[in-house]
Amino acid sequence: MTPLTGCLLVSSLLFAVGLAGALTRRNTILVLVGIELMLNAANLNFVAFWRFGHHAGPSTGVIFGLFSIGVAAAEAAVGLALILAVYRHAKTTDLSQLTGRPQ
Amino acid sequence: MASTVWIVRYLWLIPALPLLAAGIGALLKQRQRRFAATIAIGAMGISLVLALAAFAHLLHEPQRLFLNFPWMQAGSDWVKLGWMLDPLAAVMLVMVTFVGLLIFIYSTAYMHHDENFTRFFCFLSLFAGAMLGLLIANSLLLLFMCWEVVGLTSYLLIGFWYERPAAAAAAKKAFITTRVGDLGLLLGMVWLYGQTGTLLFYDGGAGCMEQGPLSLLTAKTLTGIALLIFCGAVGKSGQLPLHVWLPDAMEGPTPVSALIHAATMVAAGVYLVARVYPLMSVSTNALEVVAWVGALTAIFAALVAVAQDDIKRILAYSTVSQLGYMMLGIGVGGVSVGIFHLIAHAFFKALLFLGAGSVIHGLMGEQDIREMGGVRKWMQVTFATYAVGTLALCGFPLFFSGFWSKDAILHAAYGWNISRVPFYLGAIGALLTAFYMTRQVCYVFFGHKRRDPAPDPIAPSETAASDPHEAAHESPAAMTVPLMILAGFAVLLGFIGTPAWPWLQAFLEMRHSGVDFGQLAENGLLPLMLGSSLLVFAGLGLGWWIYGRRPIRHAADADALEKLQPAVFHALRQGLYIDQLYAQTVLRLAWWVAVVANWLERWVWSGIPLMVSALTKGLGWIDFSLDRWVVNKGFDEGCDGVADGGRLLARLQDGRVQNYLRYLGAAVAALALFLLLGHRG
Amino acid sequence: MSAAFLILAVVTLVGACAAMMLRGLVHCALALAVAFAGIGTLYLSLGAQFLGLAQLLVYVGAIAVLIVFVILLTRGGDSDSPPLAPAALPITGILVAMALFAVLAWAVLHSFAMHPSGQPASPVTVRQLGTDLMAGYVFPLEVIGLMLTAALIGAVIVAMKEKQGTQ
Repeated sequence: MTPLTGCLLVSSLLFAVGLAGALTRRNTILVLVGIELMLNAANLNFVAFWRFGHHAGPSTGVIFGLFSIGVAAAEAAVGLALILAVYRHAKTTDLSQLTGRPQ
Repeated sequence: MASTVWIVRYLWLIPALPLLAAGIGALLKQRQRRFAATIAIGAMGISLVLALAAFAHLLHEPQRLFLNFPWMQAGSDWVKLGWMLDPLAAVMLVMVTFVGLLIFIYSTAYMHHDENFTRFFCFLSLFAGAMLGLLIANSLLLLFMCWEVVGLTSYLLIGFWYERPAAAAAAKKAFITTRVGDLGLLLGMVWLYGQTGTLLFYDGGAGCMEQGPLSLLTAKTLTGIALLIFCGAVGKSGQLPLHVWLPDAMEGPTPVSALIHAATMVAAGVYLVARVYPLMSVSTNALEVVAWVGALTAIFAALVAVAQDDIKRILAYSTVSQLGYMMLGIGVGGVSVGIFHLIAHAFFKALLFLGAGSVIHGLMGEQDIREMGGVRKWMQVTFATYAVGTLALCGFPLFFSGFWSKDAILHAAYGWNISRVPFYLGAIGALLTAFYMTRQVCYVFFGHKRRDPAPDPIAPSETAASDPHEAAHESPAAMTVPLMILAGFAVLLGFIGTPAWPWLQAFLEMRHSGVDFGQLAENGLLPLMLGSSLLVFAGLGLGWWIYGRRPIRHAADADALEKLQPAVFHALRQGLYIDQLYAQTVLRLAWWVAVVANWLERWVWSGIPLMVSALTKGLGWIDFSLDRWVVNKGFDEGCDGVADGGRLLARLQDGRVQNYLRYLGAAVAALALFLLLGHRG
Repeated sequence: MSAAFLILAVVTLVGACAAMMLRGLVHCALALAVAFAGIGTLYLSLGAQFLGLAQLLVYVGAIAVLIVFVILLTRGGDSDSPPLAPAALPITGILVAMALFAVLAWAVLHSFAMHPSGQPASPVTVRQLGTDLMAGYVFPLEVIGLMLTAALIGAVIVAMKEKQGTQ
């Protein structure tokens, strides 16, 4: 069990948790939360590989993580705005109510 | 021999003319009654002239002339038909045409008020044509064909008033009963054809009545054929087992009874026996049977006639009895003996029937003698002629034809070497004949007027014959003149057959004869004549004593004999229960056969189409079921399956994002696994 | 595997699990913040200081807060009506996640990562990061700037209350 392996396992577990939540929870916001967790798990992967990986660039992992955070932020903002818009229209954030099928 | 004599060449006109009249009559409307009667009487008149010409031709030279022609091809042989002219045929032709003409004339008055006048004359002409054809037939086949047509016209005329159920039933009974006899005739005919190869009577030596073919047959065959042919005669002439139709046949109009059931058609049976006499005489057994049947019929019918109350039924049973005498005559004494009585009987029986018709006409349709009485006071001509007819029938000595003809029969029966019982039966029958005729005459013409001849609202069958508006009166001339003519012949005909001058017998046997009074004293004739005269007087006296001295006052009074022996009288009145016997046995059997045939028809013969139709139905049902349960269901299930599958798949697209993500996640996991495994391997 | 790493990992994972399992939405958001913090601290322990702090600033400070805002704006969790389309059992989602984790874990444990590598990379300085950003990664930098602008404008537009009458 190298450190890299440990980090990778942690990130995998984090990813799985995030996925489980995204797939399971009924509230749209919590789905977004799950997605953020998955993104973070991927970021962790980058950093782990930068730190313990073979022949990585001097700062590639970090740069990559930085950009990822930026994108995540933008995405979170837009997603939450969408949730707000949907909430205004359908009066609910329950995914089970928002099937898109005629009621 | 085949002849080129013109009368023989044109002999066929004699039956053809009445047939033509019948054919035209069938097309006429009811209004054209005058025309119908005219052509019928005209045709009959011309036939009479031709018959007289034929008779005249044969008078000075009695011989047998015939003309045969091929008719139909059966295999390699030709079936031939032909007609003949011999003394027997000539005498019969004259008799039938003459009596027929008189009855036709009588009918114009009798049926005057009937609306079916035209149809009546059409049927009468048809009958005349067929009867005349029967007489001149030289082929048993042609005779049979005419025989059947005569039977048909009898059916049509008995049931002339077909709306009356009694008439319709009587017509059916007549037809079916004679059919039973005709079956025997047909079988005999076929057998004869099979044995001799020809049905022509005379064919220049090759005919089936001639020596050549007859000698080919064995005795047993001869007897068999003869008896079978005699069956036909038994049916047609109303001999004992098959006599039941004749009394019921009185449902027809009186001219019909006179013409068909007294003078001519019933005589056809006797004529048939006379025609095939060469065949019958070879086999003595056949003639024995004929004689016995005749004798038994004579006595039986005479007994039953004593107890009858309908004027025509008495005469009907009398006819049966006299036919029995004729058969007896042929059986014991030969053709000429029977035929002499036949000719005489035709005239006086026709006379009696026409006279009865005149009485019925005068009494507005009454037929029950108990309702009549004292008719002689206002129907003198009818009474006089009826009395002549009665005396002729009884056989009153010397002046009446019946005496001579019946004596000839009794004489021959006395001399029969097989048995004398028929003679005694005949003698008793003669006594009974005189008795019942006197009874009838006393009931009808003498005594108190039991019934006022006013119009009767309840109209029996013959009301159509009389005009209800006329008062009691003698019948019109068209009816009385024939009566008088017939009465004259009833007397005169006796003189052609007396033993002193047996002209008829000689003529029939194609000999010459002379007048010889010495013959009267020969062969024990005188004692016989005396004895029969005594019997006649006894019968007349007994009848007068019982019925004439104290005539009944009211119609409901019982008959004098009935008071003496009610059980016997009732049995006699019912015809000794023969009808009932037939109903219980033959008719029952026929009914059961019909039931079985009906069952066969319904379930077996119809079973096959029924089965086919059931099979088709079943197949159709199977087809339908298959279609409904397998094809449709299968198809429907298939479609449903597809729809369900689609629906199932559609469930994937439920708009629920998380589900999509799940699928995505699972797919990624699987893909990753796949790649990793591949990479490792 | 130092103890610090383990503790931090546990904290992060617990936070993540809590974020996904808790009933109350605000609780979830707070647990999320804890998870973010844990990850940020992990970055710090792994020598990516700038990234760790950036993580704490952006994620915990902005995104978590934003999530809380939206939760509060949408009156989080008030769905009294029964689910229109009942989801498949939650177990399915968990199973899928478990399956994915199993595959990933298996991949990790059987990969080269098991082999110890050379020495770990040295921590990156901010100066180095800046130089890299402006030099080597200037293009992505500009793009991300544009993207953030677009996201900003877009979010505003999307979240803006519609004028009455134009629905």
